[in-house]
Amino acid sequence: MDASYRFNHKHILSIDDFSPDDLSFIIQTAESLKEISTRSIKKVPTLRGKTIINLFFEPSTRTRLSFEIAAKRMSADTFNISASTSSATKGETLIDTAKNLEAMRPDAIIIRHASSGAPHMLTRYISSSVINAGDGTHQHPSQALLDLMTVKEKKGQIKGLKVAIVGDITHSRVAHSNILGFTKMGADVHVSGPRTMLPVGIERMGATIHRSVAEAVSGADVVMGLRIQKERQQQDPLLPSLREYATIFGINAAMVRLASPDALIMHPGPINRGIEMTAEVADSVQSVILEQVTNGVAIRMALLYLVLGGD
Amino acid sequence: MHLQSILLKNGRIIDPVNGLDLVGNFLIHNRKCAEINPASLPEGIREIDITGKWLVPGLIDIHVHLREPGEEYKETIESGANAAAAGGFTAVACMPNTKPVLDTAQMIKAVLEKAQDASCRVYPVGALSAHSKGNALSDMGDMYAAGAVAFTDDGRPVDDSQLMRRAMEYAGHYGVPIISHSEEMSLSRHGSMNEGSMSTRMGIIGIPRAAEEIMVYRDLALAGLTGQHLHLAHISTKESVSLIRRAKANGCPVTAETAPHYFSLTEKAIGTYDTYAKMNPPLRTDKDVEAIKRGLEDGTLDLIASDHAPHSDMEKLLEFDRAANGIIGLETSLSLALQLVQKKTISETRLVELMSVNPAKVLGLAGGTLAADAQADVTVIDPIRQYTYERGSIVSTSKNSPFIGWKLTGKAVLTIVGGRITYEDL
Repeated sequence: MDASYRFNHKHILSIDDFSPDDLSFIIQTAESLKEISTRSIKKVPTLRGKTIINLFFEPSTRTRLSFEIAAKRMSADTFNISASTSSATKGETLIDTAKNLEAMRPDAIIIRHASSGAPHMLTRYISSSVINAGDGTHQHPSQALLDLMTVKEKKGQIKGLKVAIVGDITHSRVAHSNILGFTKMGADVHVSGPRTMLPVGIERMGATIHRSVAEAVSGADVVMGLRIQKERQQQDPLLPSLREYATIFGINAAMVRLASPDALIMHPGPINRGIEMTAEVADSVQSVILEQVTNGVAIRMALLYLVLGGD
Repeated sequence: MHLQSILLKNGRIIDPVNGLDLVGNFLIHNRKCAEINPASLPEGIREIDITGKWLVPGLIDIHVHLREPGEEYKETIESGANAAAAGGFTAVACMPNTKPVLDTAQMIKAVLEKAQDASCRVYPVGALSAHSKGNALSDMGDMYAAGAVAFTDDGRPVDDSQLMRRAMEYAGHYGVPIISHSEEMSLSRHGSMNEGSMSTRMGIIGIPRAAEEIMVYRDLALAGLTGQHLHLAHISTKESVSLIRRAKANGCPVTAETAPHYFSLTEKAIGTYDTYAKMNPPLRTDKDVEAIKRGLEDGTLDLIASDHAPHSDMEKLLEFDRAANGIIGLETSLSLALQLVQKKTISETRLVELMSVNPAKVLGLAGGTLAADAQADVTVIDPIRQYTYERGSIVSTSKNSPFIGWKLTGKAVLTIVGGRITYEDL
């Protein structure tokens, strides 16, 4: 990164918007902020007086909590609005909600929404920063960043690594963000899963598609499982059964043995144990699933600091 | 009421039906096309110089949604007809998916009554099935007698193939076509844009081309089976064009339309989730656009219809997957079609066929001709007028257009319906 580099983003919407330098810089910032969470008094005054609203239209425990902890460790004031308590249930539109929140002068709105593009829409109507905490099947940028940080922490660098992502690529915003993020950072991304879960044009985002999971995982430095969303089955027959999925596409110990001996096992959580990943693999020494969660707080501190801390 | 006679002077008169393309003076008298280069003129005539402009048979848009009754906040018969006149149209056919649906003779009559003083002729299309529910035939005979010019459940497909077959046969008895909204819903139901690498990257569930093509093929097969006139609405894909081309070569009694957005835009117009570029069928890709243009040029596609679909911002300024489908089109249709002429994709004559002659022919309407004694439905086009299409200038009650801000060349400057001037921007 050359000396003239400046991080110049008001919003965090999609990994697509960031250069490799931006991604490295966010991770570097997170690395320096991570230490705060190990102190006995886990609080710095950096974002004192800033107001941050968590606007969650989809249920979420860990992402919402992670953002809230990140904000509080930086001394920002945080407020949570979830779909069940918001005006959404009273028929208010997203734009009206946004304008009303805007009138209370927040500094950042963190939004999770079932519709792809909802955060982008928000940016057209409000002047505060917007951070995408997951939109539909589009993007989950903070998740990809924490994954990149975790891999960099364990492997030293990302460039040249083989990353295998297995599961429902079509409906996974985590996969979409990670394919873009790892590719931008110089890794080689391979995906596999049943053909019903591999979308058209995914190779145009930088991923190589494999029919066989074994082939995708073979020699990989990172093996990432994705949550199978059982509720999708109701509107779209993607699988004959979860049992068959687990047997053919589930990540088990035998499959992990095909990967590099020190391969990292990752999962964005929450895990359906025994479906996309066996408990044995999820709990193995190679698993960094809980480090992902820890780094999530650091990455979100970095994102809030970078979009709000500048002035 | 006596209407003033009009002499349109020095225009380029393009009248494909009568094989005319000449510069001359055109006389409108007693609500009729009277004479070209008349030797003597009636008293009290208004003379209008249209040097450099084209004089063509009145444009006809056979696929518009006027929203009345039921959604008058989006459009009314009156406001829609005003928008039509401003776009150069002298007649429109309105779709029956109002609230309630146009599925009785009384409702057809009510639309015609409301349209009596409107700025263009309005021809109602009746519902194909009762309440457009797709279960049973509507009272087509009664509606035909009341003035319905075709039948369709447009807005939704007819899932039941046997019902579609019977509808074609039954409508065939009255000599009017069935208009097909060709969509296999089980493939498209959850989608919001064309399926492809762009939908994948945007995280939007896609609508595959096959959703249209399967139903296009089914309905072509049914038209072949029944021998009755089928008209296919809003064709958007390359393969649909190929299917229609082949069916026509085999003598299938089919006609087909496309909309200006399918030859003017691709899915890229969606940009950052712009719901003004969301419609059904969805915008496709370059190869489809090219095939659509080819189809318009070689006669596979018979006509251009706007699928004018007004929606208020209440339905449009929503999350992309929740926003309503459709865009307004009456006021941009001609300018967008003129781009095809400017790029030499089609000739001036072909343009007039696509927007006047064939729409009249497909629905069996008066119009599409400047023959002496024909009703004086005339559109004057300035082919070089440049303008920017602005939200503030839109006549339609709704403003949902992806073309706002476009710099366009060529527009209607005078619209005359039965000898009466309904729009003037000379």
